[in-house]
Amino acid sequence: MLDPTIVRKDFPIFERRVHGDKPLIYLDSANTSQKPRKVLDALTEFYERHNANIHRAVYQLAAESTEAYEGARTKLAKFLGAPEGSREIVFTKSCTEAINLVAYAWGRANLREGDEIVISEMEHHSNLIPWQIAAQMSGAKIVPFPITDEGLLDLDAMSRVITDRTKIVCVTGMSNVLGTINPVAEVAEAAHAMGALVLVDGAQRTPHLATNVAELGADFYAFTGHKMCGPTGSGGLWARAELLEAMPPFLGGGEMILEVWLDRATFNEIPHKFEAGTQPFAQMVGLGAAVDYLNELGMDAVRRHEVEMVGYALEKLSAIEGLTIHGPKDPEQRGGVVSFWLDDVHPHDLATIVDTEGVCVRAGHHCAQVLMRRLNVPATTRASFYVYNTNEDVDALVAAVGMARERMATELPF
Amino acid sequence: MSLDDLYREVILDHYRNPRNKRPLDGADIDLLHNNPLCGDEISVRVKVADGAVADAAFEGQGCSISQASASMLTEKIKGMKLDDLEDLVLEFRGMMAGKEGADDDALGDLVALKGVVKYPVRIKCAVLAWDTLQEGVETYRKGS
Repeated sequence: MLDPTIVRKDFPIFERRVHGDKPLIYLDSANTSQKPRKVLDALTEFYERHNANIHRAVYQLAAESTEAYEGARTKLAKFLGAPEGSREIVFTKSCTEAINLVAYAWGRANLREGDEIVISEMEHHSNLIPWQIAAQMSGAKIVPFPITDEGLLDLDAMSRVITDRTKIVCVTGMSNVLGTINPVAEVAEAAHAMGALVLVDGAQRTPHLATNVAELGADFYAFTGHKMCGPTGSGGLWARAELLEAMPPFLGGGEMILEVWLDRATFNEIPHKFEAGTQPFAQMVGLGAAVDYLNELGMDAVRRHEVEMVGYALEKLSAIEGLTIHGPKDPEQRGGVVSFWLDDVHPHDLATIVDTEGVCVRAGHHCAQVLMRRLNVPATTRASFYVYNTNEDVDALVAAVGMARERMATELPF
Repeated sequence: MSLDDLYREVILDHYRNPRNKRPLDGADIDLLHNNPLCGDEISVRVKVADGAVADAAFEGQGCSISQASASMLTEKIKGMKLDDLEDLVLEFRGMMAGKEGADDDALGDLVALKGVVKYPVRIKCAVLAWDTLQEGVETYRKGS
């Protein structure tokens, strides 16, 4: 079992105080996670000892940096259970870039007028806008995969929305607003039966749940590093090797080529075909260290800790009068995310007020405007948890929420 | 930096009891703006007669700052000449940009929003209605 009070000691940021002398109650890890010392040290060591551009030079330093970068790729391949190993891992600067890569490169080659792209109603804009662009370019149509009032994928509608016109089904592994963990394998089975592919947005899922892309049945799996203890600018795409082989490149430039003439070029083997230009290689080395760190904690322990925390948060928050929690009621069905609406206090005001107590939460539409409309709320407040959060953090949130309500709902003593 | 600077009583009063929050039939200016960052939405509506604001109203949803700012705006501009509205908008923007020497007399109750300046991420909430008004007036002038 993971002890968050010990885990916190690995994260230097918790040594600081905010708003005078208040401890930092960080409940915004779905936005970005904090970084453990191990990752910060890996970055420092890389820059101090091994920094040289990768795959280009012959000297010792360059060999070391290339080895560190490719080593990170191997770690990611294992962490995600890539059947064909590191050649199936393309590094990108973000999960968003990874999804854009698929929408442009795969989409350009495979989408035609009359084709359908199925997208769930709970997607982050990063798994929607690239597909809108791909649809406009190809004449394909976007079809919504509805969700239930509880915030689960509406599996009863699945046979209606996934048809022989469907070319790809795009679904998040875990909702950044509702926390819903989607039954990807079930969706993949239905999609594959219709000859469609499945893209999983793993931005939220990867940091919190053990991942095996083959068991999920995914064809594309996009992930980001900065939500899983890694540096910003790190992330990537896993895709089945045969898909990557068949896809045209996305970005053109250095390193993704084999031979170049003035009017044409041949392309590098996968995954390098998709890595044009100087990559954020130090960040990827940092991401490799983050994977090591999470493996040391154990992803099963990470998950158990979060189920417990979310259960506690649901219990404490739902006891507040006038507070509505969105998403599944069962902690087993959701990741470490709780979004809620509090009567009389707008999320923006709530977030500002609890901040003065050192409590960091996100307020807004969470880049999911389609979902906000479906929930019929203008915005929500979101508290999200990770390995360093404790039940006391939830208590601090609950107390601060009480303060916010008092301020906004009653007369002030002037 | 205290929350009392942000949430002045006059702001909370306008938030809890918004003035002129209603439809306005036959409005000459009717414009909706939203803040894509947080989802706040404000429609500002103005009836113009003889080059002046005959009536003003707003509708929308959002945080206390955006709602109070819109409510105060509608109260303030009633009866004002369109020509003077632009000066008022400038004055208000100046205050939100933290400019010293803002004309407190011209702004009246709106001075209560001064505390927002200390919360940079919330300035957008306060100016949302004003952006809407400014664009609405410009569009109206082009059309008339």
